[in-house]
Amino acid sequence: MQMPVPSPDVLGKKDRIVALLRGVLPEDAVIEHEIELKAYECDALSAYRCPPLCAVLPDSTEAVAAVMRICHAEGVPVVPRGAGTSLAGGALPTADSVILGVARLTEVLETDYDNRFIRVQSGRTNLAVTGAVEADGFFYAPDPSSQLACAIAGNIAMNSGGAHCLKYGVTTNNLMGVTLVMADGEVVEIGGAHLDAGGLDLLGLVCGSEGQLGVVTEATLRILAKPEGARPVLIGFDANEVAGACVSDIIKTGIVPVAIEFMDRPCIEATEAFTGAGYPVCEALLIIEVEGSEAEIKDQLSRIIEIAGRHNPVEVRESASAEESALIWLGRKSAFGAMGQKGDYICLDGTIPVSALPHVLTRIAELTESYGLGVGNVFHAGDGNMHPLIIYDANRPGDLAKAEALGADILTLCVEVGGCLTGEHGVGIEKRDLMTKQYTPDDLEVQMQVKDVFDPSWILNPAKVFPLEASKIRRGM
Amino acid sequence: MDKLTSEADLAAMIRGANGALKIRGGGTRDVGAPVVGDLVSTRGLSGVTLYEPGALTLVVKAGTALDEVETLLAGEGQRLAFEPMDHRVLLGTEGVSTIGGMVAANASGPRRIQGGAARDFTLGARFVDGAGRVIKNGGRVMKNVTGYDLVKLMAGSWGTLGVLTEVSLKVQARPETQATLVAEGLDPERAVASLSAALGSPFDVTGAAHEIGGRTMVRIEGLRGAVEYRTGALATGALAGFDRLEADESAALWAEVRDVACLSDRAGAVWRVSVKPTDGPRLLATLGARVQGGLMDWGGGLLWLLMREGGDAGAKVLRTTLAEFGGHATLMRASAETRARVAVFQPEPPGVAALSRALKQKFDPRGILNPGLMGS
Repeated sequence: MQMPVPSPDVLGKKDRIVALLRGVLPEDAVIEHEIELKAYECDALSAYRCPPLCAVLPDSTEAVAAVMRICHAEGVPVVPRGAGTSLAGGALPTADSVILGVARLTEVLETDYDNRFIRVQSGRTNLAVTGAVEADGFFYAPDPSSQLACAIAGNIAMNSGGAHCLKYGVTTNNLMGVTLVMADGEVVEIGGAHLDAGGLDLLGLVCGSEGQLGVVTEATLRILAKPEGARPVLIGFDANEVAGACVSDIIKTGIVPVAIEFMDRPCIEATEAFTGAGYPVCEALLIIEVEGSEAEIKDQLSRIIEIAGRHNPVEVRESASAEESALIWLGRKSAFGAMGQKGDYICLDGTIPVSALPHVLTRIAELTESYGLGVGNVFHAGDGNMHPLIIYDANRPGDLAKAEALGADILTLCVEVGGCLTGEHGVGIEKRDLMTKQYTPDDLEVQMQVKDVFDPSWILNPAKVFPLEASKIRRGM
Repeated sequence: MDKLTSEADLAAMIRGANGALKIRGGGTRDVGAPVVGDLVSTRGLSGVTLYEPGALTLVVKAGTALDEVETLLAGEGQRLAFEPMDHRVLLGTEGVSTIGGMVAANASGPRRIQGGAARDFTLGARFVDGAGRVIKNGGRVMKNVTGYDLVKLMAGSWGTLGVLTEVSLKVQARPETQATLVAEGLDPERAVASLSAALGSPFDVTGAAHEIGGRTMVRIEGLRGAVEYRTGALATGALAGFDRLEADESAALWAEVRDVACLSDRAGAVWRVSVKPTDGPRLLATLGARVQGGLMDWGGGLLWLLMREGGDAGAKVLRTTLAEFGGHATLMRASAETRARVAVFQPEPPGVAALSRALKQKFDPRGILNPGLMGS
């Protein structure tokens, strides 16, 4: 993965830039020491690292605006950073960039149960948003796996999903408004506590724009009343395609499970060895969770089990207690960790039409074998969002490149069957150079023109999302 | 220009255009400042490209009739979750609503409060922009964060940024049944308090509306047992004293709410206002007798207000009040003369207005697509 050559001009005036930033921020909010900058040299795509020019941690919208005014005037690239959990390199710095972290923006600004929203500063973690309202029976629905650590700012930047978006949608479906600091430091309010836009839907455009259109400092989020209860059932099958067909049948009936998770044999075996959750060792298993009152849960589960019965399951395990539910989820939630025991891994995020599942799983197995690597599949089956985990050995020369090449082949396959490169992790640097697989030059040009509108000098996270070659002139290269 | 039958023809036509174009689907949603220009109809771009009931996915060309799509979906026990309004009822227009027009208007009915708007269920789009470029964005899968989300931008842009040629939609299974809890004679404040309580319950309310001076209603949909249980729980809790309407009656009632049928044959200007729900009653109190009738949907946050059409049709008082509350007001029904005189769409604050103008300039550099429809 290439990154642009840093600007010698910016590198040469580092002291001046740091002095200007110190002029508008408190002493401890400007980080320039080599050791302290280690924390900002990568995100969760940790194979790629680069220390930034410096990092700043403003604690208000006004302070963020002041930082942006300086960087804009000086022509310094700014890489916004939530909690640094991006799996796509969304917060990876370049040597000539300022990391703008929102970690000190963590306050709840307003909670309104009558109107069912919460307004928070964007550095607050996803789970802490739910934490602020759950005692009153509410929750914030999008639940990325990193929700304990990840910030709302990053969720908005990447339009994050989660296991439960089958029923509740992703970030963009739960975001009502933002305070956005523009590249030149101007502050605009988009949306609010009301629904939908009165003019063009700029909120929909900002959500998922990977920190390239502005820095979100505050967000108004939809909160929902917690369901009375939830319970999973675990169903094992003797073939991937049978499990896939079962998913399709369930969705068609009108039952809306909150989650349908899928694991294949390599993943089941790894998790069993790791957690001993007591999973049946079979070709594929589904974990399906439903919500509601006790009677509603029973009703939905019995219908699901009846449908599954037509697909000759090798095992059906309906949870009978909170402990059993926890055990069913334990394996799924430990799956990434368990696969990590087998080696280093790359986690892909391609999404495919649910109907293409069996074909794609077969092709992934074939491709993986041809590369001489290992892969495990664990993913959100209800919405076709796959997460193949490619196992490689970081200490073996050439292995990472091989794994990345396999990843690119798998993502290309996802696009070929009518899907997309990324369902919830974002493009970042990871899928930047594959964008031409999904989009024509005109498709990309019009997206870059949108960035031109918000950030005419391309200082916000400029080396991301678009192939470097395509964005070269705009980045002044 | 009714003969366009392919996206390529449309693109060529737009590239070759030398003046303003009036973009139209079925012409049933005659909203916005009147547009003067050569008519471009998308009706010839018609047909279902792909329908996978098991994946809840429908890909359809923009000129396809909405009725046709709804019939197709009903055949598989499915529907459009966002309950698109049929604007013919309120606007007195005729013709055939199209899928493209529905998305361009972000037409979303009562279920928007629970499930989301048209913009939330539009997974992908193809369109021709003002320069005649064919652009695609999004796709046909439910989760897609590949590049910027131009689909949301296109939804609700009323043909001012591009002409939709095809959209992919996420569809929904029809629930087994529905029921509505209904009460008479609540004032707006008490009505919205009831609606807020119902929407803040775990009972998954899919409709929450109040007719000004009339009924207050809450809809529950789902499996038979669930509807039984939830309506029971609400009727003995937050909605004590409400009566229950069964499936058929309930469905008929919500079709009326969706289409704002109560204002269909009453003369005057009709505004569509979006505020936070508890500001609905405050807004009504401020407007007082200027409001001659109407409806509150979305738990009180969406107001359909009948006002006298003379002068500015109430624009100034509405928008002065909204400047304080937050939210927006669109003049959905008024004569062409009034719509030429009064800003139909909510004027935006300078920063946002500048962004919207600059986007329009990028998508339609010659300013030929529905010029002026959404304001300058």
